[in-house]
Amino acid sequence: MVKKLITEDTKLFMTGNETVAYAAVAAEADIMYGYPITPQNEVMHTWAKLQPKTEASFLQTEDEISAGFATLGGVIAGKRAFTATAGPGNVIMQDAMSMAEMMRLPAVFVILARGGPSTATVIYSQQETTLTVFGGNGEGFRIVYSSWSNQDLYDYTIKSFNTAWKYRYPTYVLADGYQGKMREPVVCYDPSSRGIKMVPTEPYVRAKGLPGIDRPPCHIRNAFSVEEELLEAMEEYQNDFDRIAPEIEEYYTYKADDAEILVIAHGIVARSVMTAIDALREEGVKVGLFRPITIRPLAVKPLREAVSRAKQVLFTESALGQLARICLENMYGLTTPYDTYYRPGYGIVGEDIVHKVREMQKNLVTT
Amino acid sequence: MIQELTLPPKQADAVNTEIGPSKFCPGCGHGMTLNTLGFAIDELELKERAVFGCDIGCSLLAWNFMSVDSVQTHHGRTTPVIYGISRARPDTVGIAYMGDGGGYAIGAQHLVNAATRNEKMLVVLVNNTNYGMTGGQMAPTTLPGQKTETTPYGRDVEAHGKPFLGPEMVASITDDASYVARGSVNNLRQLKTFMKKGLTNVADGRGFSFIEVLSLCPLNWRTNNVDTWSRLKEMESFYKVGELRVPEEIKGVK
Repeated sequence: MVKKLITEDTKLFMTGNETVAYAAVAAEADIMYGYPITPQNEVMHTWAKLQPKTEASFLQTEDEISAGFATLGGVIAGKRAFTATAGPGNVIMQDAMSMAEMMRLPAVFVILARGGPSTATVIYSQQETTLTVFGGNGEGFRIVYSSWSNQDLYDYTIKSFNTAWKYRYPTYVLADGYQGKMREPVVCYDPSSRGIKMVPTEPYVRAKGLPGIDRPPCHIRNAFSVEEELLEAMEEYQNDFDRIAPEIEEYYTYKADDAEILVIAHGIVARSVMTAIDALREEGVKVGLFRPITIRPLAVKPLREAVSRAKQVLFTESALGQLARICLENMYGLTTPYDTYYRPGYGIVGEDIVHKVREMQKNLVTT
Repeated sequence: MIQELTLPPKQADAVNTEIGPSKFCPGCGHGMTLNTLGFAIDELELKERAVFGCDIGCSLLAWNFMSVDSVQTHHGRTTPVIYGISRARPDTVGIAYMGDGGGYAIGAQHLVNAATRNEKMLVVLVNNTNYGMTGGQMAPTTLPGQKTETTPYGRDVEAHGKPFLGPEMVASITDDASYVARGSVNNLRQLKTFMKKGLTNVADGRGFSFIEVLSLCPLNWRTNNVDTWSRLKEMESFYKVGELRVPEEIKGVK
């Protein structure tokens, strides 16, 4: 059992990566497997540094493939296990993530997106959205929270363990290196002080009793012999996913009710949009924000309602429309025209959005 | 004359008899290896502590072969899943079961690092000198001159490299806490002793155990009974059967 560090509310000024480690301790995570890749390294550093106090386990594995699979091993042993990675590490960890999807293993993955494709840049982008949500040779049976601040990283890291163990889908906290490396004040708390009860874990292997005598032996697999078996599993997974989606979906809006121009953004870019909205509202421009917090499952109904109310939509991301694609397929049939402001692998500030919105006012988009 | 057998075959308690006939091809060495492992688990009374993991390839067909808790993983990834489990629950006797492709090619980095770190787990690697499940391609262990689907004119060591000496490699990167051996389905009594030593070494919390098993693949070798056995003999002359590392404490295990 991991020892608690935070028993009463404590305000700390720390980086997002440190925050993730503190939150995982607060969530009573037992074990982390990790492999160095920028910009997530300090998650491991902090977790390892805290070990004498927490008595939690850690292993720096031989690569991200092993970090992913060993994390699944930890989960199979019935522990809250997690890992953190980024970029090319996220790419090769998809092997383990697809096994987690197929076996519905409640592993927690923290992704600090860096530039892509390939090695690209080491700190920032929003180019791992598609990979995080739909990576692997499957159907994206994953739950993905996109955070936008260090406080969010604390809150959603805790939440991700509960979501994972409650619904038994691999669960992700998707952030970026800006959040990972930036210091912000974070109110650290014990989850129980917020009425959050940690969902109990249970072992898949080595449950009580002698296998074959007291209970059937546990045989878990990800390979099927015939198409019928696979179809049945996929339909069951999809039905379960559809059923639980309304309980999981989260979104945030800012001045969206009367917005003529609705900006759709996630993660840290949505914070820049907030700055732009405040500036533009002072000029009398009716702009609002729709920020999906869960990229999967997406809060489709509120998204469609917000889009329907607006005269124009603006998608903006530090990628070439990865979030937009996910949204657009769920906006089928709506006729609100949209424009885009995409900066793949490049930071977006409030001023950029202000300029773009002014441009949109001058030249109404029609697509 | 047809003689009816009245006694059921002797099977280990740690083997799952409810699945009926084995899914392995006739003449395959996997069944013999797994049964032997089962007897070793029985004799050491490790059923409660054992977790069996199997790889992709023919070894995946072992996913419900054992009557111990089992997990089937991805190609090459059984090693990290098993140490992931045993580190999270340290009294576990984790067994990673894989083929020569899984251990020496696609999962070689895991074998090397698990051995170097002295992970408290047993790796049982079945060497049948080819990739069986995918139709008989060259494996790291394919013998010089051996014909496979991807070396149709025989393995040329200049072009395709030399056969992989697994236990020799593992022995060279481990220390006195490790147990390393190469057995053969030609001698199951000896193989069982090797497995008992390997399991004991893990159960004692001493160190990494590695056993390569020389095995048979008559289907892909395209050999009849006689030729299958002489192929195994040929393998045994190339890959030396025996123990390469035995911790002092388990030398007496029989």
